[in-house]
Amino acid sequence: MYRAHILVCGGTGCSSSNSKEIFAKFESELKAAGLDKEVKTIMTGCFGLCALGPVVVVYPEGAFYSQVKVEDVPEIVSEHLLKGRIVTRLLYKETVAETGIRSLSETNFYKKQHRVALKLCGVINPENIDEYIAYDGYQALAKVLTEMTPQEVIDVISKSGLRGRGGAGFPTGRKWQFARNSVSDKKYVCCNADEGDPGAFMDRSVLEGDPHAVIEAMAIAAYAIGSDQGYVYIRAEYPIAVQRLQIAIKQAREYGLLGKNIFGTDFNFDLDIRLGAGAFVCGEETALMTSIEGKRGEPRVRPPFPAVKGLFGQPTILNNVETYANVAQIILNGPEWFASMGTEKSKGTKVFALGGKITNTGLVEIPMGTTLREIVEDIGGGIPNGKKFKAAQTGGPSGGCIPASLIDTPIDYDNLLAIGSMMGSGGLIVMDEDTCMVDIAKFFLEFTVEESCGKCTPCRIGNKRLLEMLEKVTSGRATMEDLDKMEKLCHYIKENSLCGLGQTAPNPVLSTLRYFREEYEAHVRDKRCPAGVCKKLITYSIDPTKCIGCSKCARNCPVEAIHGEIKKPYTIDTSKCIKCGACIDQCRFKAISKK
Amino acid sequence: MSKIKVSNVPFTGTPAQEQKLREALAELKEIPGGLMPALQKAQEIYGYLPIEVQKIVADVMDVSLEEVFGVVTFYAQFSLNPKGRYKIGVCLGTACYVKGSGDIFEAFKQQLGIDAGQCTEDGKFSLDATRCIGCCGLAPVLTVNEDVYGKLTTDDVAGIIAKYH
Ligand SMILES: Cc1cc2nc3c(=O)[nH]c(=O)nc-3n(C[C@H](O)[C@H](O)[C@H](O)COP(=O)(O)O)c2cc1C
Ligand code: SF4
Ligand code: FES
Repeated sequence: MYRAHILVCGGTGCSSSNSKEIFAKFESELKAAGLDKEVKTIMTGCFGLCALGPVVVVYPEGAFYSQVKVEDVPEIVSEHLLKGRIVTRLLYKETVAETGIRSLSETNFYKKQHRVALKLCGVINPENIDEYIAYDGYQALAKVLTEMTPQEVIDVISKSGLRGRGGAGFPTGRKWQFARNSVSDKKYVCCNADEGDPGAFMDRSVLEGDPHAVIEAMAIAAYAIGSDQGYVYIRAEYPIAVQRLQIAIKQAREYGLLGKNIFGTDFNFDLDIRLGAGAFVCGEETALMTSIEGKRGEPRVRPPFPAVKGLFGQPTILNNVETYANVAQIILNGPEWFASMGTEKSKGTKVFALGGKITNTGLVEIPMGTTLREIVEDIGGGIPNGKKFKAAQTGGPSGGCIPASLIDTPIDYDNLLAIGSMMGSGGLIVMDEDTCMVDIAKFFLEFTVEESCGKCTPCRIGNKRLLEMLEKVTSGRATMEDLDKMEKLCHYIKENSLCGLGQTAPNPVLSTLRYFREEYEAHVRDKRCPAGVCKKLITYSIDPTKCIGCSKCARNCPVEAIHGEIKKPYTIDTSKCIKCGACIDQCRFKAISKK
Repeated sequence: MSKIKVSNVPFTGTPAQEQKLREALAELKEIPGGLMPALQKAQEIYGYLPIEVQKIVADVMDVSLEEVFGVVTFYAQFSLNPKGRYKIGVCLGTACYVKGSGDIFEAFKQQLGIDAGQCTEDGKFSLDATRCIGCCGLAPVLTVNEDVYGKLTTDDVAGIIAKYH
């Protein structure tokens, strides 16, 4: 028994701000203080509050230290662990109460969250299967194999109302049923850990924090559909997640939880990892399977659907990481428990990666039906620097923007679709008044144009033309007719593309046109970018009443576009100016403006 | 998908590298869909996938060179060109972009005098735009080889370059 535990976040965010060194420092300091037999240090997965990383939590008190530096470690060891005095200066300020510390679950960031998929992230050491087992790990698999028929498993999943967390929200039970109904002696279970949405990192955090939950669920799915082989397709950009998953698979094999005759039954199942190689389209189900086959990851025409003819031509199911992370708990707690959370048609919780112009960037898990306002204002802590909320983007390159007027929309699959966005995998990017919505639409379209596999014409050429039209808008060369043409082209691309990438690519354009048309019109009619982002439409100028002629701007201009005489107002030669903004940052008198 | 720009840097692979590759391939040949892992292994050994390496892969894996080339050019992570000793990757994922990573990327281009996907003449730095690396909480972020830098501004660019010079 240890009298105290130190949890150090080993998620990607915290790892990149030195949490590994912090971990090592704790180990050496504890040893030096002779405490290494009494206090245990554990490297966990993500706590969610990435903005304040690196995060260290000390139990039994539950002291939540944020932005810890390596230099702070000796103080925590000598003060907190040796003398029992919490180091208040390092506590996350929301947990500081007059009488000691306030529990993390009472802070605004965590209060409205409800952790199901992330239940064990930040709680257990993901590299130790015993810790997962101590939290009922692999009990669901045991229950399924020894007490339930495959059909009963599917019925439970169907009854829970679980829908796919990878994007489209297809009912998971129904998907499994299709694959079960297909007759074949070889079937496959795949996990989509490609996480292509640029700005989302939920799946990564689940795999880094609780990899066994995914392995267990895949084994349950395999039993349900009659498969004995699984593949996890994971992005190569996620080295920590890959490594933890490898360790987890190895440990599960050693414990006989993967392999032959699991739990003494005649059920066999094993799992392999396949790395992606940086192609967004490989997140699409048929493309993912083609890629596992070792080919160019181009989508295939459906039908036949993967449940009938998928990987290597055999019946296959593919689910997202977060979808799997819910499965074992549904089996153990029952479908009614799961269905008691969420809205009528969207049950359970959803993990969002909160990013962009928001105070508490990080990972949050909320019951379906939570409003965007609660996410942004309460959990997210609002917009920094006193700026105004302008929009939130969900669904990544396939989604859309939710304007401030719809901030009270309860978030679920159907509501998001109705307002022209979509759940997607769970990226939620907040934008403030300094974000240009035309520029954002262009950003996403550049992404999809680059990632289009080129197999079908509407997507390959249509999106390229659409991007060119957007470039016309952002450079002030477009006409009002172009806006109508763009809209028509969007619908054409959506209706005629082969796969989900092309079918959803115009969504960011359509949704910004719908809610921010006046911003497009300002670019077109007034040749003006209201947010001051589109470089071709802004000019820099010096206010002669504020300029004292210190010459600092002129010295910092990389292209010598600023001229003047010392102690007299300077001027900018707009024909030379490259709009890099170097001068604005330098001026201490706020004399330079961009319009 | 990625544009095809073939390198004019002469191939300098060693027999030791080739032996290592052939050994790895012999194993991967047996697993279903082994071509992707094979190319990943090859890139790990050589740092990039010039035509000479692709020929070895095609030969051992018993597939046509066309097929190998087709797969290599489909995936952004396979590179036909050698990379710099320090690989700079600026994240242009959504969270980072909203926080100004586009400007940081431009600053690198200017200060290194190279374009995206290129390598400086001395072979020291190469510059790429990357997708979300999952550190959105620290946006805007960039990586230099394995090191991650977060919460950046354009003012940090010169310092980061200097650190590796
Ligand atoms: C272009 C494209 C990219 C996709 N990327 C992902 C992804 O990165 N991760 C994911 O889980 N699903 C992604 N999907 C959705 C998958 O095709 C598939 O619907 C999903 O993995 C099914 O799992 P689920 O039912 O558990 O959500 C993508 C779809 C398209 C069309
Ligand atoms: S819609 Fe785009 S990504 Fe999908 S098959 Fe067609 S070209 Fe490829
Ligand atoms: S968008 Fe840059 S790390 Fe996620």
